[in-house]
Amino acid sequence: MVELMYEKWQGSINTVQIGATEKEGGSRCHSIQVGGAKTLPFLFSEGELPHKPVIAFEIWDTVPRDWPEPLQGCFSGVWNEPLAWAELCVEKFGAKLLCVRLQAAHPEFENKSPEEEQAFISKLLKRVGVPLIIIGCGDDAKDNEVLPAVSEAAKNERCLLGSAVHDNYRTIVASAIAYGQSIIAESPIDVNIAKQLNMLIMDVGLPLERIVIDPTIGALGYGLEYAYSIMERARLAALAGDRTLACPFLCFVGQESWRAKEAKATEEEFPDWGNSIKRGILWEAGTAVALLQAGADILVMRHPEAIKAISEHIERFYQKGAK
Amino acid sequence: MFVIGELINGMYSAVGEAIKEKNKKVIQDLCQKQISCGADCLDVNCGPASRSPATDMQWLIATIQEITDKPLSIDSSKPEVVLAGLEVAKNSVMINSTTADPEKLAILIPLAKRYHAKLIALTLSSQGVPQNKDLRLELAAQIVSACSEAEFPLEDLYIDPVLLPINVAQSQLKDILEAIREFKIISEPAPKTIVGLSNISQGTKKRSLVNRTFLTMVVGYGLDAAIINPCDNELMDSLIAAELIMNKQIYCEAFLQAYRKK
Repeated sequence: MVELMYEKWQGSINTVQIGATEKEGGSRCHSIQVGGAKTLPFLFSEGELPHKPVIAFEIWDTVPRDWPEPLQGCFSGVWNEPLAWAELCVEKFGAKLLCVRLQAAHPEFENKSPEEEQAFISKLLKRVGVPLIIIGCGDDAKDNEVLPAVSEAAKNERCLLGSAVHDNYRTIVASAIAYGQSIIAESPIDVNIAKQLNMLIMDVGLPLERIVIDPTIGALGYGLEYAYSIMERARLAALAGDRTLACPFLCFVGQESWRAKEAKATEEEFPDWGNSIKRGILWEAGTAVALLQAGADILVMRHPEAIKAISEHIERFYQKGAK
Repeated sequence: MFVIGELINGMYSAVGEAIKEKNKKVIQDLCQKQISCGADCLDVNCGPASRSPATDMQWLIATIQEITDKPLSIDSSKPEVVLAGLEVAKNSVMINSTTADPEKLAILIPLAKRYHAKLIALTLSSQGVPQNKDLRLELAAQIVSACSEAEFPLEDLYIDPVLLPINVAQSQLKDILEAIREFKIISEPAPKTIVGLSNISQGTKKRSLVNRTFLTMVVGYGLDAAIINPCDNELMDSLIAAELIMNKQIYCEAFLQAYRKK
């Protein structure tokens, strides 16, 4: 007879809400809660895990330049019309959460103005009812103009805004405070910086309960285990009582997975590697499964088949856990 | 480190006075101050001058519970005073303390069980303070075995090797450090370890320096809890840095501030 040893954790992960319904002051058709864990992922017999991990469909406000063929096959019909793209994810693929990247604002893309992006987000909020994660274009100076504008357009919708980084966090955090959004705090696979950034954000005045950590991840074969160990270390510290790290994790699984050669290489390049569509989906799903075990609470993903597989995986685990 | 703030003690004149005059504000302010400096628990001791320690203990606990739900350490060598405190405590509590004497253990272990309190036990007996490590371990083992027999959870037991002033028992301190490490191998699960720090510097002229140097060293020997003055900033800073070095906290640039926010 094997005796199971259970840990008694002092700490728990904060619960973060994404989206606000009409009753909650916003206009979303539902809101989503993540976090709240009182133990490590899927250890149902050790402690409470009140909220399932969630998946956000990633969409862009412009045509992506580097999304490989398997993704083109799903979205190329709609991606020159971002509102239709969003609607397709919700209507056809059943997305409950969308992550929109405002890439068109980037000076090397379409250099769209803060006003244009503001108008786009207003339209998007009318077109779809699901909660939103809104990500800047990655150019710090431009994001500091664009993100406050879109934050205002989505006032009280309790979006997740990203990303605050160690050298650029004040403007975006201030706009989250002003317009009732929450924040993604991004650190470069470094638990010390993740903790420091949370301290800095709290000093500006945003409570920890409105921060999620993007620990930065690598895909399967590209540093996944390093990201895993950082997430595990932060999560163990949080459960042991370190409040400054007790935030849910968000992982850009799609972005990293579809950058991997194994996911994007064509069959002509590597005939031995098998069907390229299946291969890419497996790469994204495989990366996601490992990150769920590391403690990921929000997965931002791209391929509908990979998303479907991971949703089913989460459901299966939680059904078993409930028994 | 589980930090127990030591300042609510009638031995200090301001606190003694406040107890006498039933001045709630003095007590409550001092509690707030200790909590904001990083105390996880507050020690409550009505001091040697109290004429009716049981009533004073109840008044102190009721006064403190008005402003915080932090755990309280009911500090008295008299079981009847401890019981008086337990009766009015709503916050979670520690009993501070029992000795290794069987007749004391026979009263205080059941009391701790009944009130779901943690228990601090001194390696001290009616024969006095042990003069070497082996005797300390022997007394600790007696305490652990009494707790096991009574089915008191060992993770709620805090063993205190009793620090003596450096100018009285200098030769004992190295033994005490080693005893703190070895208390952990007495049982599985291991008991926790604790020291009442300030005793070590009684009568010396550099009290804060002696306190923080010993605390830093004893963190290296795996100490779990300490009864200290959390408002001594240099002491707390040394403690926080020592815990970082022992990999008990995760480093960040603002590590001092992060610990206090934790």
